[in-house]
Amino acid sequence: MALVWDDDERMLDEAARAFLDANSPPAELRRLRDSRDPEGFSRALWHEMAALGWAGLLVPEPYGGLGFAHTGAGILCEHGGRTLAASPLFATAIVGATLIGHLATDAQKQRLLPALARGELLCALALEERARHDPAAIAMSATPAGDGFRLDGEKHFVLDGHVADLLLVVARRADAASDEDGIEVFALPRATVGLGVERTVMADSRNAATLRCDGVHVAAEARLGLPGQAEAALAHTLDVARICVAAELLGVAAEVFARTVDYLKQRRQFGRVIGEFQALQHRAARLFCDIELTRSAVLRALRAIDAADPRLGALASVAKLQAAETATLAVNEAVQMHGGIGITDDIDIGLFMKRGATLRQLFGDSYFHADRYATLAGY
Amino acid sequence: MSDPETFRVEVRAWLERNCPASLRAPANAAVSSEDTICWGGRGWVFASEDQRLWLERMAARGWTAPEWPRDYGGGGLDRAEARVLREELARIRARSPLASFGLSMLGPALLRYGSEEQKRRFLPPIVRGEIRWCQGYSEPGAGSDLAGLQTRAEDRGDHFLVNGQKIWTSYADQADWIFCLVRTDATAAKQEGISFLLFDMESPGVSTRPITLISGSSPFCETFFHEVRVPKDQLVGELNRGWEIAKYLLTHEREMISALFGVGSAGQATLAEVARDRIGLRAGRLADPGLRHDIARQAIDAEAFAATLERVVDEAKSGLGTGAASSLLKYYGTELNKRRHELLMAIGGAEALGWEGERFDGGALARGWLRSKGNSIEGGTSEIQLNIIAKRILGLPG
Ligand SMILES: Cc1cc2nc3c(=O)[nH]c(=O)nc-3n(C[C@H](O)[C@H](O)[C@H](O)COP(=O)(O)OP(=O)(O)OC[C@H]3O[C@@H](n4cnc5c(N)ncnc54)[C@H](O)[C@@H]3O)c2cc1C
Repeated sequence: MALVWDDDERMLDEAARAFLDANSPPAELRRLRDSRDPEGFSRALWHEMAALGWAGLLVPEPYGGLGFAHTGAGILCEHGGRTLAASPLFATAIVGATLIGHLATDAQKQRLLPALARGELLCALALEERARHDPAAIAMSATPAGDGFRLDGEKHFVLDGHVADLLLVVARRADAASDEDGIEVFALPRATVGLGVERTVMADSRNAATLRCDGVHVAAEARLGLPGQAEAALAHTLDVARICVAAELLGVAAEVFARTVDYLKQRRQFGRVIGEFQALQHRAARLFCDIELTRSAVLRALRAIDAADPRLGALASVAKLQAAETATLAVNEAVQMHGGIGITDDIDIGLFMKRGATLRQLFGDSYFHADRYATLAGY
Repeated sequence: MSDPETFRVEVRAWLERNCPASLRAPANAAVSSEDTICWGGRGWVFASEDQRLWLERMAARGWTAPEWPRDYGGGGLDRAEARVLREELARIRARSPLASFGLSMLGPALLRYGSEEQKRRFLPPIVRGEIRWCQGYSEPGAGSDLAGLQTRAEDRGDHFLVNGQKIWTSYADQADWIFCLVRTDATAAKQEGISFLLFDMESPGVSTRPITLISGSSPFCETFFHEVRVPKDQLVGELNRGWEIAKYLLTHEREMISALFGVGSAGQATLAEVARDRIGLRAGRLADPGLRHDIARQAIDAEAFAATLERVVDEAKSGLGTGAASSLLKYYGTELNKRRHELLMAIGGAEALGWEGERFDGGALARGWLRSKGNSIEGGTSEIQLNIIAKRILGLPG
């Protein structure tokens, strides 16, 4: 598949740009932050996004979605990075839709996906238990009890956890043969008895929560899919999620870079615009190269999802690492090249920096992905 | 145009029959050494009968210049077919039948700016590897500031008379012809008095002196012109309009240089393969964790770079070219290759410093490492590429 967008993708790109610029620029994130909005996003905005089909973008048509290529998810995420739009798009329409789509039984899909695609069912993946991404370290236990399971454990960094209608909880069966086995995903409605969810306020002013299960009883039907299938579906979902995070990071990087280049053309010192200084020109030019490479890596990885490329895992790590490193450099250079005003809350650079820092951690930082890449390549 | 997949089947079968087995193995475990390259030319001595056959067969189909028109000896393939051919060659790790400045630099410039007569005269011998070209651009006083060149060509009625000196002329001592930038109007602004000439290196008054490099080889020369007579029909394009051609050719040079550094290029072993071989694994991982991390980082950047090469081709195909892509690719590709060689040296340790003898493969690692230092200088330095990006793409002033 060519590494350029086709007509549908170009149209989605234009629509997403126009919509988010008009309805959710960085000022909207400031408003949510400064008003301490309890939900951390605007329901009205989300309904409009759902009306555009974005909630069901990845949901197959038979379940009421658009069944769009994954490049579409990448496009939306990139614009999300560019505008810092806060919405359930990532946790619900990408992570939730992918995990349910790949793991759930048909009956479960019939029940969940149409509502998800209408934007009426918000999801949150409860995976992480440690400060740093470690999908192999699942201690949340699922102990067979009666005709279902009892869940015990704690989860952190659950994106949209406090607003989700459905929590997708990753647990390990207490009767698993080994540490590697027995991963299951349970879909718990918000109101489940014994389930505690508490919002955590994070640096990026976006939604995250911790989740506790204290002897939560769930019926066997709460398990998504059939026994033993969760591991592979989760692994696939994580790669899709990583690639979409990379796309959002690309948006962050490209936007702060564009703002910085503008500033270099305006700000005058020593009787000339600072963009005339070669020391700054070269740093900007290098960053431009990094952003172009990241764009290629992200697009390559997005295409790999739709092509069922056997190297998806490696390509996801390439994209995530490139994007995280590029965005980190881009926000740091942006602050430095703006001088004093760069570290004030008056301009938006700091918002991008904080969002970048969250995305960099999300589903594996660069150390994680370098290690994973090497492991997948056999060294 | 045939359907690319039908074409693939044909190509695969043809290569199976026609690419000699000895030209398929990787040239070298880690670095491709200069002496496996076929440069062609009047005085070329083939390294083997297979090397000769491979060139002859590929040239007969025009596949040394796959996308050039058939009228000029090329393969007449469209982009998609050319890509299939590249992929099939890579698949069997076939070595390139012909490396040449004629193919990668002069040819594209002639196709665009040459007269019909010049195309018919100069292109077919390039395709067949019969004439080897060198590039007379740089001078002692004109490197990065190429437009400051001083070599003069005076109009003497039916010919130009050329006087001056070039430097860093790669393989000038082995080349048959030179494409050369000369000043034809000393009074005009510096970019406006330059012309683009072609002439035979055997012309009276041309002499060369090889320069030894830190790698120990001497692929380039000082080139002197003393009263060299060049027939008028060997001027490409208009008089005093050579700068445009010079720049156009440079974009092709940059693309050629950067294309060398895509993933898995030239049948080279990957860093990981070399490291596994030389350092070994412990519990499934490279025994040196720091080196393992750096190798992975390099490999990841190389994948992103390969995807960028691919994207640039795809964008050009759909008319979305980013314009100055060649500067990006040249800058990034050469810096990446220098990192690759630094890592190869780290992997090899003291063994990599071996300089002579079979044990060290003639010092291939160290010499390749030293050669890579030139990558970010030749064809316009890294700093010059960054200047181009800053000004032309980012629109920064000054
Ligand atoms: C392996 C190799 C093969 C070559 N083959 C050929 C050939 O076949 N034909 C040919 O004509 N030439 C050839 N060259 C020459 C090459 O094109 C020049 O070396 C190159 O253009 C740089 O010129 P210079 O060596 O004079 O360096 P200089 O221009 O003197 O540069 C010295 C340093 O100053 C920096 N610098 C210069 N100007 C600026 C600026 N404006 N901003 C910031 N930094 C700047 C440079 O980046 C460099 O770091 C070859 C060079 C090499 C290394």
